Order: sequence, then structure tokens, then C-alpha cells
Amino acid sequence: MPLAQTATTVPVTVNADLCIADKGCTVCVDVCPLDVLRIAETEDGSKTAYMKYDECWYCMPCEADCPTGAVTVNLPYLLK
Amino acid sequence: MDEILDGLTQIDCDILVIGGGTAGPMAALKAKKKNPKANVVLLDKANVKRSGAISMGMDGLNNSVIPGYATPEQYTKEITVANDGICDQAAVYRYAQECYGIIQELDDFGIRFQKDQNGEYDVKKVHHIGTYVLPMPNGDTVKKALYRQLRKARINIVNRYMATRLLTGEGRIAGAVCVNTRTAEFLVVRAKAVIMGLGAAGRLGLPTSGYLYGTYENASNSGEGYAMAYHAGAGLANLECYQINPLIKDYNGPACAYVAGPMGGYTANAQGERFIECDYWSGQMMQEFYDELQGGKGPVYLKLNHLAEETISEIERVLHIVERPTRGHFHKGRGTDYRKQMIEMHISEIGFCSGHSASGVFVDEHARTTIPGLYAAGDMANVPHNYMLGAFTNGAFAGLDAADFIADVDFAAFDEAEVEAERTRVLAPTKRDDGIPPNQIEYKTRRLVNDYLQPPKVTAKMELAQERFEEVREDMEQGMYVRDSHELMRALEASSILDCADMAASASLYRTESRWGLYHNRVEYDRDDENWFCHTILTKGDDGKPAHRKQEVKPYIVEIAEDEKDAYNNQRVGASVAAE
Ligand SMILES: Cc1cc2nc3c(=O)[nH]c(=O)nc-3n(C[C@H](O)[C@H](O)[C@H](O)COP(=O)(O)OP(=O)(O)OC[C@H]3O[C@@H](n4cnc5c(N)ncnc54)[C@H](O)[C@@H]3O)c2cc1C
Repeated sequence: MPLAQTATTVPVTVNADLCIADKGCTVCVDVCPLDVLRIAETEDGSKTAYMKYDECWYCMPCEADCPTGAVTVNLPYLLK
Repeated sequence: MDEILDGLTQIDCDILVIGGGTAGPMAALKAKKKNPKANVVLLDKANVKRSGAISMGMDGLNNSVIPGYATPEQYTKEITVANDGICDQAAVYRYAQECYGIIQELDDFGIRFQKDQNGEYDVKKVHHIGTYVLPMPNGDTVKKALYRQLRKARINIVNRYMATRLLTGEGRIAGAVCVNTRTAEFLVVRAKAVIMGLGAAGRLGLPTSGYLYGTYENASNSGEGYAMAYHAGAGLANLECYQINPLIKDYNGPACAYVAGPMGGYTANAQGERFIECDYWSGQMMQEFYDELQGGKGPVYLKLNHLAEETISEIERVLHIVERPTRGHFHKGRGTDYRKQMIEMHISEIGFCSGHSASGVFVDEHARTTIPGLYAAGDMANVPHNYMLGAFTNGAFAGLDAADFIADVDFAAFDEAEVEAERTRVLAPTKRDDGIPPNQIEYKTRRLVNDYLQPPKVTAKMELAQERFEEVREDMEQGMYVRDSHELMRALEASSILDCADMAASASLYRTESRWGLYHNRVEYDRDDENWFCHTILTKGDDGKPAHRKQEVKPYIVEIAEDEKDAYNNQRVGASVAAE
């Protein structure tokens, strides 16, 4: 039995133009208390952080500690 | 990352501190300072830099006892009354005597507190009787300052390992089993002493938003501290004294009357009228909140819109930068302007937390649990209403005592089979090809907690809860399925949450009286001092289910006059008039 692919909109968004995961930065991934961010490699080989798991306490360290201001924390849709 | 790897490493240390939030770092620092040769390991499921309740800082010390403003005797009395008398005062009194020293240390660390023109701490009154709230308008500095101290003291920090079970042997603590949250590899830590600071059981009830992580507590605090203590055989005290908080509706975070109160804000009903005299969180206050809603006078709000512009912008500056900064985003999204609208509040889901109530692992004034060498501090240890400064101060007590404890002992031998059994338990969901994902196990457990355990408590409903929990447990043990190590962490959390749900139901059924206002409002029973003026201690019984006993409340150190005992029961504005 395959697990369903239920779509969900995630609260944390990353501006790929500003994200410097390419240069080895993993600050947002490192600081998240819920460990929900990861680095994705796109087809052209560039890297960017993204929210992999929709398990957010909307607490903000990822946004506050991002060195380039690439991360934005929105409120999860269910409670906003 | 997140692939499931097979691996097990064993390390030894003198003192293992589990949880690097608030209590844990202070425990580690104090132990290391007292015994610089000790190998102190601080282990956290998250990253100590930004973990725990204070990950974005705090906007105040809610319970500081500062000379000139309050005395240890007065504070001890206030907390005893706020906690409906069920309080071993020794721990509260020691805290009250020594917390001022901790404030000064925190100040030296570079954590900034509000001071007046003369450079004195600027303490505010929020509680019913005394003055204890010390604002931290620049409270975002807390975690950074702490982290610097940890590095300076050369504490060994281990991030992204989740402790799952304690190891015991020779009648004392022997260590802990931990799992890497990104690889599923095991780390067995042998330790002469273990200090637990794993925070509240914050994912017990389900927020009304339905979002699993939309909790008051940092959602990484899923109750492992409680579950681990339980499985190791430690005693847990007064778990029926739930944490229930008055929060911003939907956002489910503090509104926050402790900041706004001293500036003129207050809790109001739909007519904008004050109905409680004191906004300090207690079971009695929550009961009044509940009654106001039941009486058709709701919703309940935090009212600020009568305040001056300068005051409101100051409140915004604090509330939207420190502690829960997304409060600002939330209000903006809803079009709530403190100047115009009141802030809608609601009654939160239940949790265990001594930081705000009194449900925790039993400890004495040295933060010792009932297992030699095992300590607990902060939200998970049962010193009532101990908040952030309590976590720091009791964490300090744990660290100091543990440093002495390890001087005379070697590692306790434990049964290797325990580690093997834990490996099997942990990895079971990775061995299946199909099944129920952890989020559904968790959702169902927590939804049932809301349906059947949320006060007012009804016997038949709580018994039904127990039946449903059994069924979910069966599903979890036989059918939970995970695809990567991140999901495995969630699966382990689901198991802690279910343990806590079982404990909550069982503890609530045991105390056949009402106490602590809404926290333990059992509709079929009145308050019964004759039979229930005592602690209840929950342990793991021989049948693997919660067992209970009564334990006497130790004779008070600070006497409380008859007419003072009711201070927290008369919260309603005009109560004396209405009673006539
Ligand atoms: C939103 C909010 C606002 C608050 N406001 C105030 C305030 O203004 N003033 C005040 O005095 N108090 C306030 N409090 C209370 C205060 O913050 C807490 O009482 C205190 O910080 C608790 O400290 P702790 O060490 O027990 O828990 P935490 O600081 O939460 O630390 C627990 C740690 O345990 C880790 N952990 C959890 N499970 C595991 C595991 N299985 N293995 C390893 N590690 C684990 C977590 O990652 C975390 O780092 C507030 C609390 C909250 C949630």
C-alpha cells in the first residue's frame, strides 16, 4: 500500500536567488529545533535550502540566523 | 541525510545532561565549574544554539525574587497558595533564596534585564500578592549568551541525538540510549550521573487549529523526559495538575499579559470588562476564564486598545521581536492592531509542565529524582510554577549535586539486554514495508486526549480514553511504519506522547477530588482536603501500567494563615460583592 501524496503548503519559504547553500551554507538547517529544513539540489546542479517537512513551530531562528536574509517564516495555513 | 543506517557507538562520561534548552546548559556549566576534571556531555535532540523554549529569547523573568521587592518567604507562600497547597516548600524556598544569585550570573553572561534610572532591577507586579516579574526587553540575547558560556567551559555538546530510554543498574542510574535523528544510529552513553532537562510534554493535547506543531511549548518537547523517567522506574508527581494556558486563539502562543499587564493591559470579556483580578496563570484563573466562556460572556480577550500610543508601540516592540516573534505576523495577517482591536484568546490544549503548573518528575530541593544519580530540572521536574529562572536555578542545583555524586561512584553495571531490547523497539517501524505513519498515530492520540481528557474531567470519558489509547498502542506497536530517520524521530515521539496520554488519564482518575481550578476539575468530586491533601506519585507498575500512591506534603517551612489560603480562589472581580 503506497502512502498517499497529500499536498500541503509549507510555512517556511527560501528565496533561491539569495540562498547561498551552494557555498556550503547550512545555517537554517542547523538551527531549526524541529529539523525540518534540508538542502535541495536542482537539475542544473545548484543548491538551495527548502522546507522538507511541514512540522513548524514558526519560531524564527532559521530566518533570524540566515546570513543573506533568504528565509521567510510564514504562519502555517491551518492557524494563520 | 535521513537515510536509515545501522550503527551503535558507546561513549562514557561522568555526567550526561540530556536537553540543552534552559535547565540543561546551566546544569552542565555548574557541574563543570565545580569539578573541572569531570567529563560533562550535553546532549540535545535539536541544536543547543537554538533549542528549547528560549530559542528566540524571552521577554521576562516571571518569578524573580529580588531583594527590596520580595522575600523568599513571601514567594514561597505565594507559590504554595497558587498551587493549592500541594507543595513541598523546601525546593521552592531554596529556589527563592538562590535565584537572585543566578540572575546576577546571567547578568554577567551578558543577558540584559530591565533596570531603572539608578541601575536597579525594575521589577513588576503580575502575581496576586507579590512583585516578581523582571522584564527583559532585550531578551533575545539569552540563548546566545548561554551558548558562549558552554563553549568557554568546554562542555562537550552533542546535537541531533534524541535520548529514548535511561539505563539503570545496581539501583542507580547507569546512562542512556540515544538515537541520531538524521541517521538512526545509536549512541549508548554510560554515565555516573544523568541530569534531565527535556522540557515540558508540550505535544499532548491537540491545538484547536489541528496543526500538530502549533503548540504553546517548543514542539520538540514531546514528553520524552516524562516517558523515560517512567520507564526507568522514577516517581512522577501530580500529573493530573495539567498545564492549560490562556493563549492567543489559533496562534496558540502567549498574548502576553505578563508584559502588557504592568503597562495597563488586562484580560477582558467580550464587553471589554475585566473579570479576573489577576492575570497570573493558575488553575483557579483558568477556571474563571472557562466560566466566563460558559456564561456566554466570551470570547475572552487581551485588551490593550485603551492604552497610549507610546505604551502600545513599546509592547509591540517587545512582543514582536522576542520569544514568539511571529505573533506580529499573526496579528498583521488577521488585521489586528493593538490600538484598535482586542486580541482574541482561548483555552489551550492540555500538557504536562511544572514551569507553569506542577506536573513533573518528582524531585527534592537538590533536583534529585527517586533514582540515585538521576536528576531532573526545568519544566519536566515537579517544582511548581518554576518558569525560566526556575529552570536555570534548579538546573544549577542539579549540576552542583551531580558533581558531588560522581566523586564517589564508578559506572553502574547495566544489563546489555536492555540496550538490545531498546534497539528492537526503536527500529521496529523501519522493519516494515507498509503501515501507519507516525503523524497519524500522533494525531489520533492527541485528538483523543482532547475528546476525553480536556477538563472538566469526567470519569466515564477518561475510562473511554484508556480503551482508545490501548487500541492506538496496539496499532503503534504492530503497525507503525517509517521511511527515513526523520520519520523515525517522529515515531519515537509518538510513543512518548502516547505514554504521557496514558499517564494523564490514569493520574486524573486516581485523584478522586477536584483541585487546582480547571487543571483538575473533576465534575463528580469536590475538593477533599481530608483525603487528598497530598501528592500523588505515579510509577510504572509491575504490570507495565501506571501505579499510584499518595505521598504526604512535607510540613511547611513558611506557615500560611487560614485567611491567606484562599487568595487564589477569589479571583473574580467583585467576588465579594457577588457572594453577598
Ligand atoms: C512561548 C513561551 C513563552 C514563555 N515565556 C516565559 C517568560 O516570559 N518568562 C519566563 O520566566 N518563562 C517563560 N516561559 C517558560 C520558560 O521558558 C520555561 O519554563 C523554561 O525555558 C523551560 O526550560 P527547560 O530547560 O525545562 O526546557 P527547554 O528550554 O524547552 O529545553 C528542553 C530541551 O530538551 C531537548 N529535548 C527534548 N526532548 C529530547 C530528547 N528526547 N533528547 C534530547 N533532547 C531533548 C529540547 O530540544 C530542548 O533543547 C515560556 C515558555 C514558552 C514555551
